[in-house]
Amino acid sequence: MNLISAVDINKIYQSGEIEVPALRSVNFEIEAGSFISFIGPSGSGKTTLLNLIGCLDKPTSGKLKVAGVITSDLSRREAASFRGENLGFIFQDFNLIPVLTVYENVEYPLLLVQNLPYKERKDRVHSLLEKVGMKDQMNKYPDQISGGQKQRVAVARALVSKPRLVLADEPTANLDSKTAFMVIDIMRQMRDDYGVTFIFSTHDPKIVSEVEILFTLEDGMLVNTSKGKGGRND
Amino acid sequence: MIKLFKIALRNLIRFKRRTLLTTSLIAIGVLFVMVFIAASSSFNNIIIGQITDSMLGHIQVHKRGYMASIDSLPLTLNLSEKGWKKFQSIAEKIPEIESISPRIKFGGMFSNYMDSTNIRINGVYPDMEIATIPLLLARVKGGEKTIKKGEILIPELLATGLKVKAGDSVVVIATNKDGSVNGKQFRVSGIIESVTGPGGRDGYIHIEDAKDILRMEELEVSEVAIRINDFSKLNKINDQLTKNLSESKNKKGKPIFDIRTWEKLSPFYNISKMIDIMTIFIKLMLIAIVLVSIMNVMIMAVYERIREIGTISAIGTMPEKILVLFLIEGFSLGVIGVIIGNILAGISIFLMNLIKITFNFSRQTGYVLSPELKIGDIIFVSVVVIVMSVFATLQPAIKAAKMEPVDALRHV
Repeated sequence: MNLISAVDINKIYQSGEIEVPALRSVNFEIEAGSFISFIGPSGSGKTTLLNLIGCLDKPTSGKLKVAGVITSDLSRREAASFRGENLGFIFQDFNLIPVLTVYENVEYPLLLVQNLPYKERKDRVHSLLEKVGMKDQMNKYPDQISGGQKQRVAVARALVSKPRLVLADEPTANLDSKTAFMVIDIMRQMRDDYGVTFIFSTHDPKIVSEVEILFTLEDGMLVNTSKGKGGRND
Repeated sequence: MIKLFKIALRNLIRFKRRTLLTTSLIAIGVLFVMVFIAASSSFNNIIIGQITDSMLGHIQVHKRGYMASIDSLPLTLNLSEKGWKKFQSIAEKIPEIESISPRIKFGGMFSNYMDSTNIRINGVYPDMEIATIPLLLARVKGGEKTIKKGEILIPELLATGLKVKAGDSVVVIATNKDGSVNGKQFRVSGIIESVTGPGGRDGYIHIEDAKDILRMEELEVSEVAIRINDFSKLNKINDQLTKNLSESKNKKGKPIFDIRTWEKLSPFYNISKMIDIMTIFIKLMLIAIVLVSIMNVMIMAVYERIREIGTISAIGTMPEKILVLFLIEGFSLGVIGVIIGNILAGISIFLMNLIKITFNFSRQTGYVLSPELKIGDIIFVSVVVIVMSVFATLQPAIKAAKMEPVDALRHV
């Protein structure tokens, strides 16, 4: 079953009077539960595509359907609500909230986005922190933990709201190889445990070697779709 | 909401120095405003109290037309005995009126048998006058603090000029309304201190003596001084009295009585109004301090946290929550500043009362300033500062809430 379908997606940025095409007639489908990556050189349109899938931006033309919803038609508020219910984000720079502890960072989407009761929040946060191996660090602030630990917390935060899709933009770019593999392993484990779809944008060979499907972008066009070396753990 | 407060407060703690500077600025502003309000209010109250309690009374009633010619103290514009009794019966029905005192005011010649000069005299019933003007006898500096028949309290400038002292014999000569001249000998019972304002340099005699000099067969009243039991209700009582007295009309159908509060009788009212205007300007300065400092700090806060705003927006935080998050920060800055400012103001005012600051006003010296923090002022200033804090945060907060997550996340 397709979780995402993109039909003739175009994205043009306006730079003064000059139009800069970022995506050109992109078509693809992604099944639920996939572990896939968009790859390509800088400026190829990976992040733009991820932003469109993540309802952070809208295509100039074309039809983008995510989890049964045509996201290009959503208003700002509807898009925020959709993101809160269906999507998780992992950022290259981790983007943890510095004034919140590890526990509070993971709890944030449940408390301020989904408004879940305390008990449920606590159970979910503890469970995920345990799975990413950060339960013993849960009272620390982001500036008291390492980059790898931050990204594990970011993974937990992305998954805590039980999203259908997690979008990770260059998630291993700021991590050393060992930590990067550990984080990828955790994400794949989460995919296996929860059936969450993971989409990466990267040119990191460590991720490329781990994903199941690779979409290659060049100059805003999808030029190749191939199977990766990664597969389900089951 | 508690969590939003927690995040907001932690953000304030995160930028300690900036928070400290902003709250200090607000706290100092609140401190100065509260101390100024308390001190100026104390100054006002002391001077108004002096003017009303030692000379004017809270309200005065004259026959219509008298005030226009008050410089010549016209005996032809006195209230008749009938008019006085009419007034008495109306005033008695207003329970807020504590006391009234009729006065016969006239100008005459004062002589110590060697020199003579002009004098303005109030003929009063001592008991009624002291009940209405309780500080009158406190102004008596030399001699006896009484107003008996055959005795006169003379103003100190006159006593100094004519070298008259308590116990001396003097003569007062005056022309009555028919034009006949009469004189009466008095013993100087005391020297009365001059005070600023109309009637502040008048002498006092018993009203029966005034009637004698002016050859009045029945009582004719130049003015009635009124004391009310609650000064804060001055305007309300004045309105009620005006309404009740307006029904008394002369043959031409015009009102007999002219009613004026102390504000319309004393030039100090203009000084008092000036102090009130200065207080408003001081408050406006505080508002400006709060607006500029909070807006500045919140614009910086939003600018520095653009990526953070992008992150929380990306994970689904609604724009209104982002708005509230920043508004709480501004609100908290205001509340902290107000609390510290009020505490400092309380301490400062306590110390001012402890060291007893004195001041002089006109010829009077040694007034002790006794400032106090009034709950109404605390609430007013605090609410203004907090509302202004939130208002100043509005623009940066709206900017944060309207930020597109994709642009915010791209911000370096």
